[in-house]
Amino acid sequence: MHNKTIAELSQGLSAGEYSSTELTQDFLRRISTLDKKYNSFITLTPEQALAAAELADQSRAAGNAGAFAGIPMAHKDIFCTNGIKTTCASKILDNFIAPYDATVVEKFKLAGAVCLGKTNMDEFAMGSSNETSFYGPVRNPWDTDCVPGGSSGGSAAAVAARLAPGATATDTGGSIRQPAALCGVTGLKPTYGRVSRWGMIAFASSLDQAGPIAQTAEDCAMMLNVMAGFDVKDSTSIDRAVPDYSQDLNNSLEGLRIGLPKEFFTDGLDPAIAQCLQAAVREYEKLGATVTEISLPHSDLSVPVYYVIAPAECSSNLSRFDAVRYGYRCDDPQDLEDLYKRSRGEGFGREVKRRILVGTYALSEGYFDAYYLKAQKLRRLIKEDFVKAYDEVDVIMGPTSPSTTFKLGEKTTDPVSMYLADIFTISTNLAGLPGMSVPCGFVDNKPVGLHVIGNYFDEARLLNVAHRYQQVTDWHQQTPEGI
Amino acid sequence: MQWETVIGLEIHVQLATQSKIFSGSSTAFGAEPNTQASVIDLGFPGVLPVLNEEAVRMAVKFGLAIDANIDEKSVFARKNYFYPDLPKGYQISQFELPIVGKGYIEITLEDGSTRVIGVTRAHLEEDAGKSLHEDFHGMTGIDLNRTGTPLLEIVSEPDLRSAKEAIAYLKQIHSLIRYLGISDGNMAEGSMRCDANVSMRPKGQKEFGTRAEIKNVNSFRFVEKAINFEVERQIDLLEAGGKVVQETRLYDSTKDETRSMRSKEEANDYRYFPDPDLLPVVLDPAYIQSVRDSLPELPHQKRHRFVEQFNLSAYDADLLSTERETAEYFETVATAAGDAKLAANWVNGELAGALNRDNLELAQSPVSAEQLVQLLKRIQDDTISGKIAKTVFEAMWNGEGDADQIIETKGLKQVSDSGAIEALVDEVITNSPSQVENYRNADDAKRPKMLGYFVGQVMKASKGQANPKQVNQILLRKLNS
Amino acid sequence: MTIERTDVQNAAHLARIAIDENSIDEFTQDLANILALVDQMQAVNTDNIEPMAHPTDAVQRLRPDQVTEVNQREHFQALAPATENGLYLVPKVIE
Repeated sequence: MHNKTIAELSQGLSAGEYSSTELTQDFLRRISTLDKKYNSFITLTPEQALAAAELADQSRAAGNAGAFAGIPMAHKDIFCTNGIKTTCASKILDNFIAPYDATVVEKFKLAGAVCLGKTNMDEFAMGSSNETSFYGPVRNPWDTDCVPGGSSGGSAAAVAARLAPGATATDTGGSIRQPAALCGVTGLKPTYGRVSRWGMIAFASSLDQAGPIAQTAEDCAMMLNVMAGFDVKDSTSIDRAVPDYSQDLNNSLEGLRIGLPKEFFTDGLDPAIAQCLQAAVREYEKLGATVTEISLPHSDLSVPVYYVIAPAECSSNLSRFDAVRYGYRCDDPQDLEDLYKRSRGEGFGREVKRRILVGTYALSEGYFDAYYLKAQKLRRLIKEDFVKAYDEVDVIMGPTSPSTTFKLGEKTTDPVSMYLADIFTISTNLAGLPGMSVPCGFVDNKPVGLHVIGNYFDEARLLNVAHRYQQVTDWHQQTPEGI
Repeated sequence: MQWETVIGLEIHVQLATQSKIFSGSSTAFGAEPNTQASVIDLGFPGVLPVLNEEAVRMAVKFGLAIDANIDEKSVFARKNYFYPDLPKGYQISQFELPIVGKGYIEITLEDGSTRVIGVTRAHLEEDAGKSLHEDFHGMTGIDLNRTGTPLLEIVSEPDLRSAKEAIAYLKQIHSLIRYLGISDGNMAEGSMRCDANVSMRPKGQKEFGTRAEIKNVNSFRFVEKAINFEVERQIDLLEAGGKVVQETRLYDSTKDETRSMRSKEEANDYRYFPDPDLLPVVLDPAYIQSVRDSLPELPHQKRHRFVEQFNLSAYDADLLSTERETAEYFETVATAAGDAKLAANWVNGELAGALNRDNLELAQSPVSAEQLVQLLKRIQDDTISGKIAKTVFEAMWNGEGDADQIIETKGLKQVSDSGAIEALVDEVITNSPSQVENYRNADDAKRPKMLGYFVGQVMKASKGQANPKQVNQILLRKLNS
Repeated sequence: MTIERTDVQNAAHLARIAIDENSIDEFTQDLANILALVDQMQAVNTDNIEPMAHPTDAVQRLRPDQVTEVNQREHFQALAPATENGLYLVPKVIE
């Protein structure tokens, strides 16, 4: 059962082949036996899950269940879950029981979904390998000596190991797409403002966006149907009608205009990954798409720009963790200053501190113009590159990640090398565009992801493009040995 | 050396919205600690702000009332600093693009002269909570009810030249915000708080001196005292060859002095940047026009009208227009009585005095405008004298009835019967032979002054009820014959 | 731009993060590397380009002025490290 997609499980539940309770029990059992190996969950919520499953079974029986009713899934531990520990994988929130639900969580509850637990992640979503978690690293189901990517490494690994058919995730610079690529699953970062950020613990507010990770584009569509929509509680959410993302999945790709940015296909790209991408592009041509080379001239600036804007916003966003109203407080503070400094010094991990320091520095007097303001101006140039490109093409394709998964510890000593892991994904966050990672092959038995970037609010097309590809390929159906 | 005082005020006004600027929590004053603090106010992880439309409207009202630029676009920024009463570790405020740009306010001084004071800007921000320093086993208690209450920070140009001008400006702002209904301006409850930047410069010098900022002074009287103290301190310092240090000082009302706040010399670096959780506020011209159309007649407009229409002195007009209720009360009385000067004297005199004595607001006055009109009519038709009217007013104030009832039951009706007055005059003349002789021997220039004695005696004999005009006439006739 | 130990100490103070003496050099090196990456920005001329704070061009929506929150003090304060009489407690604040 665990290898089935959300779409298949939904049909199975409707057909009465199994109950949600049975499904839930099955996934809970898998997690309890297998997750020791992967560490993809921080918190499990079996009691709440079984209660939700029972409710879903009742509504199925009563004939008023929606497509998602009774489907087990997991939430990244960045989403506040009322009454359930919500840690953002940080020691500073190790004792934090969220007093309210994130809008995303609430929407899945309303849809009747069954939350199995909270998935592991990089601390405060800062990382590309899931090694900065206070709860220990997540291991990649394809090679447990390797990282799952990050920051949504727990969500991606859980789906890859079939511990959950789908999981929520968030993406600030690639945190949905890069782990999806490294774990061989499908992930979608929607347009900025498409999904509410209410209750999603902020890393960099102008870049953060929630989205789904699942086996297939079809499942991502089902999850996005639940997640997307305007929220009065989020000033940055966009009041715009939400289409049925499942509806256009099978549209023909005849005439689809694909742009390949020459900046993404340089000599620096691993030739084995380049081969996988070329093969994928050929599949698209067979499906009727046309391919043109385009240029995103400022894309080499996206990492530098990102590493000013994201740390600047995070340095301010994380000031609220001050040991006064919730969270970790150091022992025996001598005075207020000591309370702040030691609680935060002991509560935050090294990468979080690094970014807070960078951001504080970039915003401080004398540096603001050279860093923050400069970055904001370049951000506009990066966005304009995309706007111009979408005059000529419908989607842009490239690699999700410059490499396949890498060994645990390989990049932890050099933050800059870690930052470059997001070199292909960051520009879409800066521009606020939607992007997807779709499994498109393997190098040395390690998954490769195809990155598909869409125009604003063009998620339906992205899902269509990914789904049609998944109809003619089986990369997304491959599972790690023993799964 | 002759010194010139230079003062600029930063006034924080709590806006009278029902809910907070970025959350749906109540802004009511005086609730149990932390009972009006939601997840947003408490800065819980994952929460987001959404802007209150009424706070925006109130800020725009204020801007239009001071003829300020209201730019189409304004932006919220984060001011980053750590303090236990600031839950998020930053205050949402406005920095580069405030909602209200440059405007001005006209103030009236005691001598009736007016001055125009520039307002640099006014911006919206959220209030912080309160730290309670009573002893909790050596700890400080934090109440976050006030967190997120909308504030309008009004920053003046350094145009004020004395504590008196600063107070006039402060009172003018107070008057304006109450007219506009955007704040109760209650300084004791902290709805209006004032920081004063004070510096000195040699008279005639253009450059400003180094300023000290006096924080959070919470009454008109203390603002005046704090500034006066600070001016003295700085002059003493400068004349002794010292230098004023740029610093924040606290006013201690019990000692009547300002003193340096113990600040670690870290020069606050607030790291302002646009709040990514909030989008630019864009106000279209139609909206601004609709707010403009909703503005009431403003204090300075009323002041000018009162001078023109009622022929009042600038000083009287200023007093009468400061509070909207007073102005309305006055206009009712002036119009019904048909004598604005008389109405002004009574409203600024007896009425204001009685309110002040009993510590009442005009709305609580036991004597309504209509009742005062009746009293004034009795003065005008000579039923009673102005002096008796004060007695009647006191009785009205004490709830003994309206003017006519009191005049009737107390028998205060003025005696205008010339026969009765003549009898009294004769009696006084008979009983004061020496005064009469003196009077008759005095030259014309001195006589009017001496007449006062006889008038007083006659009025006394009549228990104040004789018509003073008639008393005068009869006395003159008899004494001069 | 070069970064010194004192810059790191100053930023750590502004951010209220205790960093032990031994780690300052490491953080200084890390920040120097990150800023070297970031400094690639300086090569591009950005005169006359409007800074972009948000990815979308949307404008702020306004909320009606209504009280929608109820008192949940006990619920919230159950999460606090120290409270008394409904107040959050912190080490004495000296003004």
